[in-house]
Amino acid sequence: MNILVYLIPISLLLGGFGLGFFLWSMKTRQFDDPDGSAARILRKDWDDKPPSPLD
Amino acid sequence: MTLQPAFPSTSYEAGGMAACPACAVAPSAQSIAALAAGRGGNIMLSLPAAHCAACISAVESALMGQAGVKAARLNLTQRRVLIETEAGVEPASLIAALSRAAYEAHELDAGLLSSTETGRASGDLAMRLGVAFFSMMNVMLLSVAVWSGGDGATRDMFHWISALIAIPTVAFSGRPFFASAARSLRAGRLGMDVPISLALILATSISLYETTQGGHHAYFDAAVMLCFFLLLGRYLDHRTRAIARSAAEELAALEVPRATVLVGGVEITRPTSEVALGDTLRVRPGGRMPVDGVIVAGTSEIDRSMLTGESLPAFAGVGGAVLAGEVNLTGPLDIRATAIGRDSALHRMADLVSIAENAKTRYTSLAERAASWYSPLVHILSFSAFGFWLWQTGGDVRFAINISAAVLIITCPCALGLAVPAVVTSASGKLFRLGLLIKNGTALERLAEVDTFVLDKTGTLTMGAPTPVNFASHPAHLVALAAALAQGSSHPLSQSLAAAALAAGIPPQLDVTEITEIAGYGVQGICLGRTLRLGRAAWVGADPLDITATYLRWGEQTHAFAFEDRLRTGAQAAVDAFAAMGKAVYLISGDTAGPVAALSGRLGIANFTASALPEDKLRLIADLSAGGHRVLMVGDGLNDTAALAGAHVSISPASALDAARVASDIVLLGADMAPIADAMRIAGQARRRILENFGLSAAYNIIAVPLALSGLATPLAAALAMSLSSITVSLNALRLK
Repeated sequence: MNILVYLIPISLLLGGFGLGFFLWSMKTRQFDDPDGSAARILRKDWDDKPPSPLD
Repeated sequence: MTLQPAFPSTSYEAGGMAACPACAVAPSAQSIAALAAGRGGNIMLSLPAAHCAACISAVESALMGQAGVKAARLNLTQRRVLIETEAGVEPASLIAALSRAAYEAHELDAGLLSSTETGRASGDLAMRLGVAFFSMMNVMLLSVAVWSGGDGATRDMFHWISALIAIPTVAFSGRPFFASAARSLRAGRLGMDVPISLALILATSISLYETTQGGHHAYFDAAVMLCFFLLLGRYLDHRTRAIARSAAEELAALEVPRATVLVGGVEITRPTSEVALGDTLRVRPGGRMPVDGVIVAGTSEIDRSMLTGESLPAFAGVGGAVLAGEVNLTGPLDIRATAIGRDSALHRMADLVSIAENAKTRYTSLAERAASWYSPLVHILSFSAFGFWLWQTGGDVRFAINISAAVLIITCPCALGLAVPAVVTSASGKLFRLGLLIKNGTALERLAEVDTFVLDKTGTLTMGAPTPVNFASHPAHLVALAAALAQGSSHPLSQSLAAAALAAGIPPQLDVTEITEIAGYGVQGICLGRTLRLGRAAWVGADPLDITATYLRWGEQTHAFAFEDRLRTGAQAAVDAFAAMGKAVYLISGDTAGPVAALSGRLGIANFTASALPEDKLRLIADLSAGGHRVLMVGDGLNDTAALAGAHVSISPASALDAARVASDIVLLGADMAPIADAMRIAGQARRRILENFGLSAAYNIIAVPLALSGLATPLAAALAMSLSSITVSLNALRLK
């Protein structure tokens, strides 16, 4: 049963990561425009690389 | 909008549109404030045609290429683009840039659009939902271990960890329920959220007490699961209404209320609310009269169809009176404002709307009716269980409280909370794809009860765009002459005549010279040394017909070109479908008897009324309602708004005036009218599904409540009953075809 000492914190931690990522994606408004997000990956604008501030 | 109004306890309030239709008829206070304050650094445009990845690149790069644009982002879901600009960038120049890139754009009144507010409220719900989901999964993991035989110290430790997760979750995720329960208690009502909150608090505190005592049963999993399923219902409900609301807000925001005022001969654009009595205003052809007034300069024709339903344009000359809402057709008019604000015709119409609204009895939705007997029943059951077991066990408070908590948890309306939102979400999605926008949560239920249809003519059954019908009775050279003159005018009848002649393969006569438009009368020109005139009967010297027509004078002869308003696509199909359903159909119009009788003959409508005033329309609706009928009103004009507001349920086409759209429950987005018949079918189905869902959750309760009352319910039984009933109810909602 000693294994529980590791397993329970691990399961909570992994679940917590999931929750954290969900909250982060809500905060950064990633669910505002689902149709747009789906379409944006198909654009040809930055096929090589996104513009870099160093250019 | 603050968070609070987003959670009306399972009831569907009017859904955050304007506070009342009367307010929406007049420009709203916020939009005026927004105009006065100027437009910060953000411009919002509506792009109805944007639909793909290429559109995103094209629109954003077109806008970024403009001077003064700092950032532009297209939201494909809402078909809007938000542009961050430096000061002094005019929306008009951006709209021009977009139209060069072949995108139709309309300016939106950013002050009216509280998209961020709506988004925040639903984001907040989603966050609470996410937290509830996370802890439901984790607590369930621990609970399964206990159910499958965890004992002694293991069970206690698992209960403690569950408590650690569940207590903060219930406190955070349950807040919408607690807030709404507190509100309804303060108002002296027993809403659905009172038993929910009681169950959440009781389950959590009992479980905590049991855990400290090393007890066998802890209901932490039930508490968070309750939270999750109920929040899911709330979220679906809120999202459906938010989508409808933002689309309706967008329709409203398309009309930015501004007027052109002449000050010392210089044109100044002002918000309509700042126009003073006696100001001189210029109204260009195609513009709408912002206030009531008297014409001081110019001649033109005005279209009164939105106000009265008349299809014939009326002559307007110096000294003539115009009313707010009429459309100027041919020449620029200068008008002196004689009535503004509360005194204008527009506002009198608004007063009529508020009278109709007040006369209408408030509709109690199925969910509200269910909640009204459900909540007291749950409380009575729970308290009597407590009393019975206290007496039976000779004063074992702990045991009695445990039983009454189990009763509360099991009877808690998980399925009931999902029963309506799941069906409404599924049905609204189906209707949206058919081109119908449901603005009000109870509109579907009310639509299912309709037995009488009242239809408006101009702009509703017809497109409000006349087309010539008697080309065949004129020789081709006359049509060619008329077409040559018609090309020189922007009057709707002329434009339609020229287009129809081209379509019929008759090119306009080329040797017509000196074509001039006499605003308010018609067009004249010279051909073969003789004067030609096309226009009003009196000006041309012809005998006027009682149908919409324009007249051509060629030498001594006059010829009439008759027009008929084109039937809206699907109008015939919709009327036939209504008749096939065995419902009564009425046609009521402000237009003259001739065209109304012709149209009702064509569509096969036996009951029709012509020359009806707005009051007459409202009276017809009131009489029908008093006779026990449930009336569906379909209309688009200002003269329909009172009737729309007074009807049991109302529909207006998207081309309708703002005020009519606000007063109606459903907006028809496409030009086709046939989806109304489909909407009736889907509404009937949705109502059946809602009732089935109530039946399903009642069935679960009938099995589970005796278990709970007899003290046999375990946390496992509660979890099973709750999740099974919620899932069945959601699946049943998806069966909607």
